[in-house]
Amino acid sequence: MMPQWIRACATDDIDQEDLIRFDHGGATFAIYHSPDGAFFATAGLCTHENVHLCDGLVMGHLIECPKHNGQFDYRTGEAKRAPVCVNLRTYPVRVDGSDVYIELP
Amino acid sequence: MARRDYGLLGPDGVRAVETGLAAAEWYHTDVPRKVMKDLMQRSDQPAIRDTILLYGCMIAFAAAGIALWGTWWCVPFWLAYGVLYGSASDSRWHECGHGTAFKTPWMNNAVYEIASFMIMRNSATWRWSHARHHTDTYIVGRDPEIAIMRPPAFIKLIGSFFGIPEVIDFFPRMIRNALSGPTPEERTFVPQSEWGKVQRVAIIYTAIYAATLAAAIGMQSILPFMVIGLPRIYGAWHHVMTGVLQHGGLADNVTDHRLNSRTVYMNPISRFIYWNMNYHVEHHMFPMVPYHALPRLHEAIRHDLPAPNRSIAAAFAEMWPALRRQLAYEEFFVKRALPPTAKPYREDFHRAALGDMPTTTPDAIPAE
Repeated sequence: MMPQWIRACATDDIDQEDLIRFDHGGATFAIYHSPDGAFFATAGLCTHENVHLCDGLVMGHLIECPKHNGQFDYRTGEAKRAPVCVNLRTYPVRVDGSDVYIELP
Repeated sequence: MARRDYGLLGPDGVRAVETGLAAAEWYHTDVPRKVMKDLMQRSDQPAIRDTILLYGCMIAFAAAGIALWGTWWCVPFWLAYGVLYGSASDSRWHECGHGTAFKTPWMNNAVYEIASFMIMRNSATWRWSHARHHTDTYIVGRDPEIAIMRPPAFIKLIGSFFGIPEVIDFFPRMIRNALSGPTPEERTFVPQSEWGKVQRVAIIYTAIYAATLAAAIGMQSILPFMVIGLPRIYGAWHHVMTGVLQHGGLADNVTDHRLNSRTVYMNPISRFIYWNMNYHVEHHMFPMVPYHALPRLHEAIRHDLPAPNRSIAAAFAEMWPALRRQLAYEEFFVKRALPPTAKPYREDFHRAALGDMPTTTPDAIPAE
């Protein structure tokens, strides 16, 4: 199946240095608005345990899981702080006007 | 019901996984995102202030204790030093382990390592055990940090006020970890990538205690152990006194922290030593909120929680009779009433754990 660009939200749906949850096709994703105005997307669940990252805290370019305080760099998905050990999957994002799209396989 | 098996490799743990009780989704009070974001914000300032105060007092008390060594005047200074070493280290270990005390990561890590050593917990192992405690709080067979099991072991509990069972467990475990890494039980919650770290930490601890022993032999005095090691015994009482109130006498095998955790109002000194962990329902429900913001979180969600106990004494008055009842009736626990503004407990969801069990509210504990 070809990758598809899916509209996830409007740019002003997410405050800067924050994130929202986006569900599509039975999967859940997290969409981020960084402090420097860029948008990013990752899998919506922490790789440590199945906790939704949308309730976590964005600090700079890090997302901290609300359950165990594990951290990822949401730009690359890299696990940065225990107890997370497995990197987070990331997805390409593009902004078209006031809409945020993510590319899903 | 069969007796509980608290072993992490036992049948209760297997059953919790099979029934979905392990790693379940827990109840959370609704808090607007903007309010929660504000509560979660990190800051270095409160923890730097508290850490300077803590370590400054420890240095001053230890210096006075050493200067007055050999006289009775040293006793109050050692008692004060002991509480800061053997009890405040527990809350510093806890909060810095969460990474929420300071905004700056290296500060969290530095205080975490020092506190772990003082409280006699391998810093690598216990980071993971506490993660499990938050995933499966008081789920029998899953939570490695259940302080009071059923039926309660009162002799062990009283011994814990002097750190005795923990110290007896710690030193052989430290040697074993130093020689061969984590034990089989520890390997159930410590990822393999961290096993080497567990061993390195144990080697460092062993070296420090060996150096302390050498100093004591060289000086022909226990004074070096009054500074390192023994305060974990003579100063443990405060963290046990506050720690047993966190979950003691409440429900197990449920997924609502309002049923298995307790918030207790405490005096300012105890709150400094305990770093606000008296707001324990709040902490478990929202572990990302730093200790210094817990009073504000409490105000934000108290409408949805059981009324807090008004003091340490009031909390013991609620807990102690329940523990005594659990000697005869293992299923007994205190179920606190919720205010009318709260969302009800999910009786349907917890029926397996709470269903026909004898429970009570604090003012209606059956006579023994």
